[in-house]
Amino acid sequence: MLCELCKQSQATVHLTEIVNEQMSELHLCETCANQKGSQVESHFGLSDLLSGLADFGKTPESEEVGGKACLNCGMTYDDFRKVGRLGCAQCYGAFKRSLTNLLKRIHGSPIHLGKSPARLVKSTPKSKSELQELKRKLEKAIDEEEFEQAAQLRDQIRRMEQHEQAGKKKAP
Amino acid sequence: MAKELDGLLRQPSEWLRGVGPHAEIVVSSRIRLARNLDAAPFSTRATEESQGKVLEIVRPALEKTRTLKKPLFVEIGDLNEVDRQFLVERHLVSREHVVQADHKAVAIGPGEVVSVMVNEEDHLRIQVMQSGFNLRDGWALIDDLDDELSETIPFAYSTDWGYLTCCPTNTGTGMRASVMAHLPALVITKQINKVLHTITKLGLTSRGLYGEGTEASGNFFQISNQVALGRTEDELIENIERILKQVIEHEQAARGTLMSNSRTQLEDRVWRAFGILEHARTMSSSEANDLLSMARLGADLGLMNGLDRVAINELFLFSQPAHLQKAEGKVLSARERDAKRAELIRERLGRAPGKH
Repeated sequence: MLCELCKQSQATVHLTEIVNEQMSELHLCETCANQKGSQVESHFGLSDLLSGLADFGKTPESEEVGGKACLNCGMTYDDFRKVGRLGCAQCYGAFKRSLTNLLKRIHGSPIHLGKSPARLVKSTPKSKSELQELKRKLEKAIDEEEFEQAAQLRDQIRRMEQHEQAGKKKAP
Repeated sequence: MAKELDGLLRQPSEWLRGVGPHAEIVVSSRIRLARNLDAAPFSTRATEESQGKVLEIVRPALEKTRTLKKPLFVEIGDLNEVDRQFLVERHLVSREHVVQADHKAVAIGPGEVVSVMVNEEDHLRIQVMQSGFNLRDGWALIDDLDDELSETIPFAYSTDWGYLTCCPTNTGTGMRASVMAHLPALVITKQINKVLHTITKLGLTSRGLYGEGTEASGNFFQISNQVALGRTEDELIENIERILKQVIEHEQAARGTLMSNSRTQLEDRVWRAFGILEHARTMSSSEANDLLSMARLGADLGLMNGLDRVAINELFLFSQPAHLQKAEGKVLSARERDAKRAELIRERLGRAPGKH
């Protein structure tokens, strides 16, 4: 099969594109595919998907709608919506409310239950796993709309985290 | 071309050793962790200076770890095109990592089991590769290395959200566990789309041989978790293990059906593929992948005596463009590569004993 663009070389790259539910196939040679490649890839990437999600997650009353920038790196929520990538660790704090919604949409949950850096584990040997367990229960409670239980769990978690903070300050 | 990479050329990558649980279907298992330094801007906002600093902090930390044992440390900017591609083909770095290479680097541990990309989308992309279906050993290894590194490097981490990453799809554990599965029978029996569709509903995703945006070639599918937050690493690994076991069973069942219902047709396909591999004078990389996939299936089903999986696995790697050029020691045009590829395959298969 010959390349559909230059009609000279053998087509070795076969692309399938779906635009508006219409599927089209392209058969290209290596050279033409490389040239075309950047166009095709930028057609629809992860960042489009993400920015779509981020739009969705935007709450009108949230503090960071549009132009408010991260004080550390200067990225705005609008910037983030365009590229789907954050600028620095502090962005997470700057766009906290919108990100909570977004993370929930992506992962189904906004609460981390995995490991933590070794030095944190060392300063809080036992409480960490208990805290994780509580967070898991809290999440479950919210899922099941057990709000009274959720409130209890929330307070319990708060107390534990304050305790943890205090402990950390005492440590040299 | 870079001399320090020549050593790698003489050894097959960990992921092609062809051993480990279910090695007839799962080529390799990989776990990667995304980590960032809490004080440095992410790649989106990075400057030359900030990236240089990241490299300065990370390099000695990596070189000190017990897990990496004095890694081969390579700055991507020092490599030419062929050497960069060579690392991509060996799955030591991502395709993205070798473009705009300033301040980007990779540390490669013994046997290429562990590699760490520096200044990729995240400051650190740690990965562990195991042959066969073996995510558990990979996790144990990477968990240790991550702990070691976090003793010296302050990682961006929040108690609520876990590890903070450049892209929110990685936030939380920063972990992606993936397996490279060879699923020719599901493709032949046209069940593959149904299978891939189902796994996306179960929180997994499928990509081609070389990751995001690449097409499935040679019936290889890279299947990985999509979710990184809200579950522990163990749970995420358990989930992918459970689902993969079912995919493996489906592939085995499809192989069984082909063997009992249409053995002659299957043997015909396998031997035709082998015939072309053994005699062709020029061959593109995608044709080689497809034919080698058939030969691998034939070897796995015992249709070809004496031809082993490892020989074919190695051909998958050594017939890649940059590997051909490294072996020749010079840059080759696409046409020259196709001829070299055919020659290499003829030579290697000709050496396989008693194949008929």
